[in-house]
Amino acid sequence: MINASVLYALAGVVLFGMGVYAMIAYPHLLRKILGMNVMGVGVFMVFIAISYQGPEQRADPVPHALVITGIVVAVCATGLALALATQLHALTGSARIPADGEE
Amino acid sequence: MFFDAAFWLPLAIMAPLTTALLLFLLPRRSGLLTVIGAAATIATVFLATLLVIQNGAARHTLGGWGAPLGIDLTADGLTVLMLALTAIVGAAITLYAHGYFTHPVHDATARTRYANFWPLWFFLWAALNALFLSGDVFNLYVTLELVSFAAVALTALAGKPAVLAAAMRYLLVGLLGSLFYLMGVVFLYGGFGVLDIAALGAVVTATPALAAAAALITVGLAMKTALFPLHFWLPPAHANATAPVSALLSALVIKGSFYILLRVWLGVLYPLGETIAPYLLMALGAAALLWGSLQAIRQTRLKLLVAYSTVAQIGYLFLLMPLLLAERNNLVALAGVVCFMLAHATAKASAFLSAGAIQLATGDDRLASLRGLMQIMPAPVAAFAMAGVSLVALPPSGGFVAKWFMLDATLASGYWVVALVIVAGGLMAAVYIMRVLAPLFRQVETVEARRVEHVPLSMNLSAFGLAVLAILLSFTGVYVLEILAIGAPWVTEAGL
Amino acid sequence: MRDLRVLEHHHDDDTAMTPPRLIILALSVLMVVGLALAALSFPAGDARLATLAMAALPQSGVLNPVTAVLLNYRGYDTLLEVAVLLLAILGIWAVAPQARIWIRRPDTPVLAAFVQLLLPLMVVVAGYLLWLGADEPGGAFQGGAVLGALGVLWVAAAVWLSNARRGNLLRPLLGIGLAAFITAAVALLLARGSLLEYPSGQAKTIILIIEGAALFSIGATLTLLFVGGFPRRSDAP
Repeated sequence: MINASVLYALAGVVLFGMGVYAMIAYPHLLRKILGMNVMGVGVFMVFIAISYQGPEQRADPVPHALVITGIVVAVCATGLALALATQLHALTGSARIPADGEE
Repeated sequence: MFFDAAFWLPLAIMAPLTTALLLFLLPRRSGLLTVIGAAATIATVFLATLLVIQNGAARHTLGGWGAPLGIDLTADGLTVLMLALTAIVGAAITLYAHGYFTHPVHDATARTRYANFWPLWFFLWAALNALFLSGDVFNLYVTLELVSFAAVALTALAGKPAVLAAAMRYLLVGLLGSLFYLMGVVFLYGGFGVLDIAALGAVVTATPALAAAAALITVGLAMKTALFPLHFWLPPAHANATAPVSALLSALVIKGSFYILLRVWLGVLYPLGETIAPYLLMALGAAALLWGSLQAIRQTRLKLLVAYSTVAQIGYLFLLMPLLLAERNNLVALAGVVCFMLAHATAKASAFLSAGAIQLATGDDRLASLRGLMQIMPAPVAAFAMAGVSLVALPPSGGFVAKWFMLDATLASGYWVVALVIVAGGLMAAVYIMRVLAPLFRQVETVEARRVEHVPLSMNLSAFGLAVLAILLSFTGVYVLEILAIGAPWVTEAGL
Repeated sequence: MRDLRVLEHHHDDDTAMTPPRLIILALSVLMVVGLALAALSFPAGDARLATLAMAALPQSGVLNPVTAVLLNYRGYDTLLEVAVLLLAILGIWAVAPQARIWIRRPDTPVLAAFVQLLLPLMVVVAGYLLWLGADEPGGAFQGGAVLGALGVLWVAAAVWLSNARRGNLLRPLLGIGLAAFITAAVALLLARGSLLEYPSGQAKTIILIIEGAALFSIGATLTLLFVGGFPRRSDAP
């Protein structure tokens, strides 16, 4: 039987897949960082969806608390990645990772 | 209370974490704080280790709740070996870094930037200890991110464009890997409703949710461990970072994500142990070993060679996966893997530290310019040679004992192809190590013409000390077996 | 405002479908289908931690179950999370020693005056959210987000940079959350034998003290994540 929470979980899985695609397929750093955030949102949506326990019961609080933790970590990761990206751009003039890491 | 190992487990995390915080708040006091902080961390780790060895596995219920509602810290034989390894290698690298980062060859801007090394390193130390002690799959995610952020920032310390690109790639791969891991945790919770490893181990069955979680967690952690073919980010990051950071990354950081992989497979994902997954990991391990060794042989720069050697040696960690998972009590196989982690961490840290000393002194790390350095700077060269003995796994060395256990386990279970790969890996390691040692030991007459910078005693001492340790580990095989038997990480038939 | 414009658009950044991308796309779709099928097989959620969490709520000192999980049952997670916040700032400072932010002092004094007017109001809102978090949805992270928004406005109005001497307060402000958390954790370990084990009856007080300290650190951290580097003094070039 399909209900709203299943739909949310499936949407979360799709968002996760979209984020994975963007992170791997696109060379531009801003796209990669956005892809990472979309992936994160997907994970959080699945997590929130599984906290649903039927109409009579209160939602499971554990996933809610863990998602808050996850969001804070994702914000920090985004900040660190953006700082690295801007610094890399300032030094090399490019906002993408060179194809091969060797100098 | 003080004679209970459980009391010391959280302190082994709080000591380095408090030090990191104080280093952040009082950056001008870093000299004193690092000494006190390292001493306190080492003391707590060794008390916890000794008490676990004496009294058996320990569990600390954080907040007094107890799993599955709360989070537990757990310490068995495997945990304390990893904690002790981190403390020993960490102490040597701390000593080395004091000499390295204040060396006069660095200009003032670089030295200001390097001041960030200290709080970042203590954050990393706290994160690694927290990772090894954690008994909860979601908490492991938080520790994984702490390790990853600290490692990326440490990589970027070198400041050059090449290293920033490497750090960026490292961060993105790390984030991709941890989000895969986190999604795996979500699937574990969705399927089984708990997060504690022991509690999960008691309820898991081979369902689609478990299979999805296994795929997500394994891919994510293989990425972070740089298992072939997901290793592409490692050589530029490890080779371009500053020497103490390269040593930390290669010796300790990749062991962290592998440790989680090992724990989660042994404790939670074991119902899938007889599927194709462990064999796939084994095959990738073999490919990593062969490919990484070939690349190492082809390199012309010392640090890149050592970094590709890490790619190769990561392969060994995965070779015994089928043995570990199919039989569920193969202590010899586990001892092979753990001895390998100990041997690789000490030898590889020593190799990177001595390579760093050579690069600092000569300003160059091309293999061609290593000629005759034995006559000029014998200490780092001798350290590299001894570390090389362990990497090639010649007796007597830690690497030799590890491969002895590995060969023993593979031949006893009839995996003779794996045994052949192990032997081939050793031979290839001999080739790339000789490519470094041959020029180093070459007699040159124009020695006086070559001017090199002074290498401080602290740097030589730590590189040499770790190399000696890599050799001495040869006599510890029996003890490793005994310690690993303390609360061995398998889920037995009767549950826990 | 921040130099992110440089990252925005490049003409050579094509997103055209190439053969490698097609393979990545196919693999992503395959993964999504597999995960979706697995997600459909989740058992009905009644054997989860929710039952335990609700049963222990009376001893947790708070009425909001999410706060109980965050600050009590799994308080250690949150301690590490506050460490992640501090580590992120430290990492950014290590990566980008100088903020790449450029601030143009607004042409009119209205924005700065407005922000200074807003300051007490938003601090009160943040504090209220924190207080509310004990019993209803809310808490230190929500309050911290409000403070972070205030900080961003503050930077945008160039109020903060015109008071460069306040930079000395920065490190204590960023560190106080983790400092309070560690102090409470270790003190409770010594007193009760387990890390972050609150004595019964005092849980709410201790939770609010930790959250109060974390509130300021979270607000300051979010602001600095926006600034993206060690803030420059106003007299710096």
